[in-house]
Amino acid sequence: MTVVPLSWYLTLGAVLFTIGVLGVLVRRNVIVVFMSIELMLNAVNLVFVALSRHLHTMDGQVTVFFVMTVAAAEAAVGLAIIIAVFRNRETVNVDELTVLRW
Amino acid sequence: MHAEATHVGYLWLIPALPAFGVLFNGFLGQRAKHLVSVVAPGVVGAAFLLACRAFLQLHDLGHGAVLTQTVWPWISAGDLQIDVAFRIDALSAVMTLVVTGVGFLIHVYSVGYMGHDPGYARYFTYLNLFTCAMLILVLADNLPVLFVGWEGVGLCSYLLIGFWYQDPNNASAGKKAFVVNRIGDAGFLLGLFVLFWNLGSGAPSLSFGEIAARAQDLSPATVTAVTLLLFVGATGKSAQLPLYVWLPDAMAGPTPVSALIHAATMVTAGVYMIARLNFLYVLAPATMAVVATVGAATALFAATIGLMQNDIKKVLAYSTVSQLGYMFLAVGVGAFGAGIFHLVTHAFFKGLLFLGSGSVIHGMSGEQDMRKMGGLRRYMPVTYVTFLVGTLAITGIPGLAGFFSKDEILLAAFTSPHGSPLLWAVGVTAAGLTSFYMFRLLFMTFFGDCRAEDHTKHHLHESPRSMTVPLVVLAVLSAVGGYMGLPQHWLWGNPFGAFLEPVFGAHEAGHVPASLEMTLMAVSVAVALGGLLVAYVLYVARPELPRVLAEGAPRVHALISNKYYVDEAYEALFVRPTVTLSNWLWRACDVGVIDGLVNGTAEAVGANSSLWRRLQTGNVQHYAVSMLFGALLILGYFALR
Repeated sequence: MTVVPLSWYLTLGAVLFTIGVLGVLVRRNVIVVFMSIELMLNAVNLVFVALSRHLHTMDGQVTVFFVMTVAAAEAAVGLAIIIAVFRNRETVNVDELTVLRW
Repeated sequence: MHAEATHVGYLWLIPALPAFGVLFNGFLGQRAKHLVSVVAPGVVGAAFLLACRAFLQLHDLGHGAVLTQTVWPWISAGDLQIDVAFRIDALSAVMTLVVTGVGFLIHVYSVGYMGHDPGYARYFTYLNLFTCAMLILVLADNLPVLFVGWEGVGLCSYLLIGFWYQDPNNASAGKKAFVVNRIGDAGFLLGLFVLFWNLGSGAPSLSFGEIAARAQDLSPATVTAVTLLLFVGATGKSAQLPLYVWLPDAMAGPTPVSALIHAATMVTAGVYMIARLNFLYVLAPATMAVVATVGAATALFAATIGLMQNDIKKVLAYSTVSQLGYMFLAVGVGAFGAGIFHLVTHAFFKGLLFLGSGSVIHGMSGEQDMRKMGGLRRYMPVTYVTFLVGTLAITGIPGLAGFFSKDEILLAAFTSPHGSPLLWAVGVTAAGLTSFYMFRLLFMTFFGDCRAEDHTKHHLHESPRSMTVPLVVLAVLSAVGGYMGLPQHWLWGNPFGAFLEPVFGAHEAGHVPASLEMTLMAVSVAVALGGLLVAYVLYVARPELPRVLAEGAPRVHALISNKYYVDEAYEALFVRPTVTLSNWLWRACDVGVIDGLVNGTAEAVGANSSLWRRLQTGNVQHYAVSMLFGALLILGYFALR
């Protein structure tokens, strides 16, 4: 059984992160944007775990648990906000949600 | 001025009592009108009693006594230490008695005169405030406190001239008085500054005693400058040439106000100020000459205008200007005692004449034009008799107050080292004119047939008791007031002058030959009777003559009846250029430059901001892009350095 080299993990993490960034920047649906943010968080998680194993230390894995906790909390709050926005505006299109300015 | 001062504790109450009246009438008067009628005259009466007490104490202390009270330290800066301090010496005792005494009578009169006015409480608030300010003015122990009173009376004058402010004419008359007085007061302030500058730390409290003690150290040029500048203030306040123009217009106020402020008390403040600073003025012969000349010129000038006025109050106003000219003539020739004596008798008879004219106006339902009066002596006997006494007093008919005081002035004008026969001649001429216009007024108002309209005639009535009693009291004072200052060697002589002597020193006219004195007296009496005779011929015996005369000399008639076009000249020379300049300053400097700068700054910032606000789209993805580029930039910086 061959060991998957570290560079593959890091490359996969970078690719996932970039997809997430592009999703945040170009998608119009707030829920998709939100999912893209989750994707960015998990890409980083993957890098943390890979490096943790590579360096034989548990610090990275502990950090990942924190990130997942924060992400869960964020998902709860974020989805609640999105539902509230949808109830008020009947849309989840970011281009139409531009009133937080003068 | 160097006498020992006795400290007493009650002087502050004299101005404080009317001040209490101000608070009461101002805050509670609207709700308790019947109390105003008691409180307003009451506080002035109480102040009068206190003034009497001060006078008696002064009298007991003997020759040259001074009562003082330092109420609290006012300004304390470096060497300068100015106190709120009051002083009663012979001069301020006389003034205080006049202000509170005549003031009390006029307050009582006002209760009747203003009884139906909706602004009753406001009127008495102002009148009490005036009394308070005037008392501060005459009781002040130093120039700054005097100036407080000086400005205070000016303010009250403004408020009371424009008392019926609903009529724009009254409001603008008040404004005119205020502005003209500001011009004079600017001179007064400058004089004060020059004096303070030159005395320096020598007179750290600017009290009259200190100024008197240090007056000798000043250079003659300084004294002349100071006295002239202060005299500018006096010409404003006391309506002398060239600043007299506000006083005739001031007749827009209620008539008791004209009597109290614009005849008896406030307008004499300039005379009082010069008499108070006599020790400075005698050091400046040039100023004395100016004062005497201005006084004599004003006396004559105003008297000629008085000849042709048809408004009963305007005649009295010009008469006041003219009589104030006499007072300045007196102090200008060094006869300070005579000036103050005339001030007192004038307060009696001019107060009386104004109150009498008020009674007439009251009876005539507000009519002031003498051409629509006539024959009133049948309807208003008390007013008629008292008015007659006042007229006889002002014209200098022997035996009444004005005769003695005016004669003392004319004698001094002739014999004093500062005087000259010319000043005397001007004074006598003005006396003749005074006699003419006063009897003209008397004849037009009280004699002949009544020319009033029917409904006015129907309402004609004698005034209520609260108005006639002050008239009678003032008439008695006008009749006998002169006997406190008889010419030298007559009966008991001149106790009034002797009483004031410690203040003025012994620089009054020395010995005068009795024959000269009698001759001058005879001339002035003859002139007064001549004026009476001419007025009788023109307005009683041959009433058609004035029109013939006016048509005979139309230019002169137009010139005098238009008051020499002085108002028009001032309008063209000063008022209109000032208004034009102010308009230009408003439009060009204020709107253009100052508003332009302020608004321009705001507009520049606004334009700048509306450019930058385009960055803030509200679209979160735009923000996310800029965050991304920011993050990449930072990363790139750390990666490549």
